[in-house]
Parts: sequence; C-alpha cells; structure tokens
Amino acid sequence: MTPIIEFRDVNKYYGKLHALKNINLTINEGEVVSIIGPSGSGKSTLIRTMNGLERINSGQLIVTGHDLADKATDINKIRKNVGMVFQNFNLYENHTVLENVTLAPKIVLKRPDDENKEIAMRYLEKVGMADKANAYPRQVSGGQKQRVAIARSLAMHPKVILFDEPTSALDPEMIQDVLDVMKYVAEQGITMVVVTHEMGFARKVGTRLIFFDKGEVLEDRKPEEFFAHPDTERARDFLSKVISKD
Amino acid sequence: MWQIITNNWSAFLMGFWNTILCSIIALFFSLILGVIFALLEVAPPKFGRVIARIYVEIFRNIPLLVIVMIFYLIVPRFIVKLSGFQAGTIGLTLYTSAFIAETVKSGINSIGEGQMEGARSNGMTYIQAMRYVILPQAMKIVIPPLGNQFVNLIKNSSVLAFVAGFDLMYQAQIIAFATLKTIDTYVVVGLFYLILTMPLSYYMRYLEKKFAN
Repeated sequence: MTPIIEFRDVNKYYGKLHALKNINLTINEGEVVSIIGPSGSGKSTLIRTMNGLERINSGQLIVTGHDLADKATDINKIRKNVGMVFQNFNLYENHTVLENVTLAPKIVLKRPDDENKEIAMRYLEKVGMADKANAYPRQVSGGQKQRVAIARSLAMHPKVILFDEPTSALDPEMIQDVLDVMKYVAEQGITMVVVTHEMGFARKVGTRLIFFDKGEVLEDRKPEEFFAHPDTERARDFLSKVISKD
Repeated sequence: MWQIITNNWSAFLMGFWNTILCSIIALFFSLILGVIFALLEVAPPKFGRVIARIYVEIFRNIPLLVIVMIFYLIVPRFIVKLSGFQAGTIGLTLYTSAFIAETVKSGINSIGEGQMEGARSNGMTYIQAMRYVILPQAMKIVIPPLGNQFVNLIKNSSVLAFVAGFDLMYQAQIIAFATLKTIDTYVVVGLFYLILTMPLSYYMRYLEKKFAN
C-alpha cells in the first residue's frame, strides 16, 4: 500500500476556532474513503486542505509526495494529480459542457486538441452527458452539472479525486445518477476521498470510513464494521439520527 | 444656425476630429489601465492592492480639470513638454481609468468564489483562472456600467477646451466669441457630441443584448 495523502500532526484554526485538531491520517492509493459526521464538524475543511484550498497552520500534509505546508511546494503541480468535485459544481459558466472538460487539459497539460476532445467526449459519454456537450451549464440540471464536473476531473487523469458533499445540493431523484458515476470512478482504481451524507454509498462503494466530529477523527474503520458497531457514543448518536431519517 | 455651421465648417470639423481622437485614445488606454488596476486590487499580493487602491483613490477623487492642469502646467515644467491636447488626453485617461478600475473590480467580485476554486482545483494557475474563467464572465457583467463610463469620457473630453486642446468645446468658445452667436454655437456643439455618444450608447446596448443570451 502506497500512501498518497498523509496528515502528520496537522492543525488548522479559524481565529479562535480549532477546526482541525492534530490530525494524523494516511490515505493509500486506490482507497475509497468516506468521511461522515455532523455538519460543522470540519469535514469540509479537512478535505479542502488536501488540495490546498485551505492552508494548514501546523504539521505536515504530504500529497502525492509533496508537503503542502512547505512554501516551496508548487500547488499547481499537485492539483494536476488531485481533482475536486464540489457541492455547488462550480462549472465554468462561460464555457460549454465540452469546454468545461477540455479547458484545463488544454491550458494546463497542453494536450493536443484532437486528443483532448476525444478524451473529453469519452468521459462525457461515461457520465451520460455526451448529448449535452454543446449546452451551457445554466441549461442543464444540477445532477447533470455534477456529472460534467466529475468528467472534468477525470479528463485530467488525476491520481485522487476529492468529493466535497457531491450530492448535497441535488434533488433526490438526481442523486442516484451521480452516485452511479462515482461508483464508476471507484472502479477505475482512482483514489477517492468523499465527504458525504450518503450512507448507502459509504457502505457499499467505500473501502474505508472515517467518522469526523469537532475537528477530530473519531473512528477510522471498514464501513461494514462501523455501521454494525460504531465504537463511540457520538457516532452512535449521529447514525441514529441519520438512519431514522431514511 | 445653419450659417454658423457653414461659416465655421473647418473649425467645427477640426474640433470634432480632435474630440474623436482624444476620446478613442483615452478610451483605449483607460480600459487597459482600468482592467490592470482592477486585477491588482483583487489579486492576493498586498503590495499590488495598496498601489491600486492609492491610484484609484487619487484619480477618482480629484476633479478632472485639476488633473488635466497638473499635466498641462506642472509636468511640462519638470518632466516632459506636453501640448494641451496631450495633457488633456492623459488626464482624461487616468481619471476615467480609476472609475473603470472600480467598475471592473466590482464585476470580478460579483463572480462567485466557486468559479475560482473550480478552476484552481482543476490545475489552473491564478492567472489562467482569471483569464479563461473569471474575467470573461466579469466583463460581460460590466458592459452596461462600462458604457456609462465611455459616454462620460466623451463628454468629459470637453475639458480640453481649458488647456487649448483644440477640441469641439474649444472651437465653440472661439466661434461663440467671434460671432457673438453663443446659443446657436453651443446648440451645434451639443449636436456634434450627440453624433458621438448616441451610436456608442446603442452599440453598448447591442453588446449587452448580444452577451446576455
């Protein structure tokens, strides 16, 4: 097992708020790690540190071999290998669906146009959005946007994709399509870190589950073990609230 | 009134031409300067922000006439010789660029943070994200207020009259003084300005519609 993301004694503060408390966590290549926990627990902060969208205040955070805490590290280089999918999609509003997928490979990887388009169309087909290639983001639904966003990440051929609550802003009937695409991503052997409220995904697709609360990793285990017997009181409490809602 | 035009045709035409020339130069450079200072103001480096802030506050908060006088009277004495036309055009450019910087800055700020995060997470540098994602969207939003700035710029070019810039307004003063037909002269000059500002207004409205789809 090769570590791809490694937190070593990482701390993060927002003013007085201690958002990440001495995190030690290693994520290995090929793992599908679900991070669950109550809102305001710091899960989003945790995942956003992994590609440098949030800076850490102390410790080391080694992503694809480079320490994000080191000022000399070129963050853009790391981000070529670490994709991210957001709750609010963040598709480029001024570009078509196809251009959303081709833009970064074109200007960041300098991939030739023919090849770039071919790869982009292949991924748009995989996510079921090839027929909307020339539509603008405002012309497609939330679920469709999210599938394009995943294709956009895939087109960079990253080692890791970070998902920050990818289905939380979607209408219920859109969620399954996006989860299916995420399952496809997992099958490609791409390392995934997923902040989610979708317990079904965490249980069935995830290979590892992290229960996160108040800036700390409380449980870090196999999903089936976690759902059968949560160790901590807080996890039991959280699960009872989430499951009873289903 | 017709006589005013026919008798002073060449003077009006020269003024009209100088007004057009000044406006085009000032429009071009104030747009470039305005975008540059807007970018400096939103970019992370603190040094650039401070410089841009100072620039904008100075040129936005001093009357245009005073700025032009500085370039007409003070700069030639210590730095470089400038004609009235040059001093007026430079002053107008700097003055307008401060307003354009504020306009473009608010356009950039109105684009959601998510667009930048999406682009950066996709591997783009800050500059690439600005160029390919943020600025195109921001410029679309600022077309209407930018149109106002451009129309104001053309009208403000009349400041050249104060520094012998040989623009429309300068010619008007000369003609009105020579013929004593003050009202007729200024009505004619007003019409000349309309010839410039009306098409510009319509063009900006057309752009607005074109990009609104």
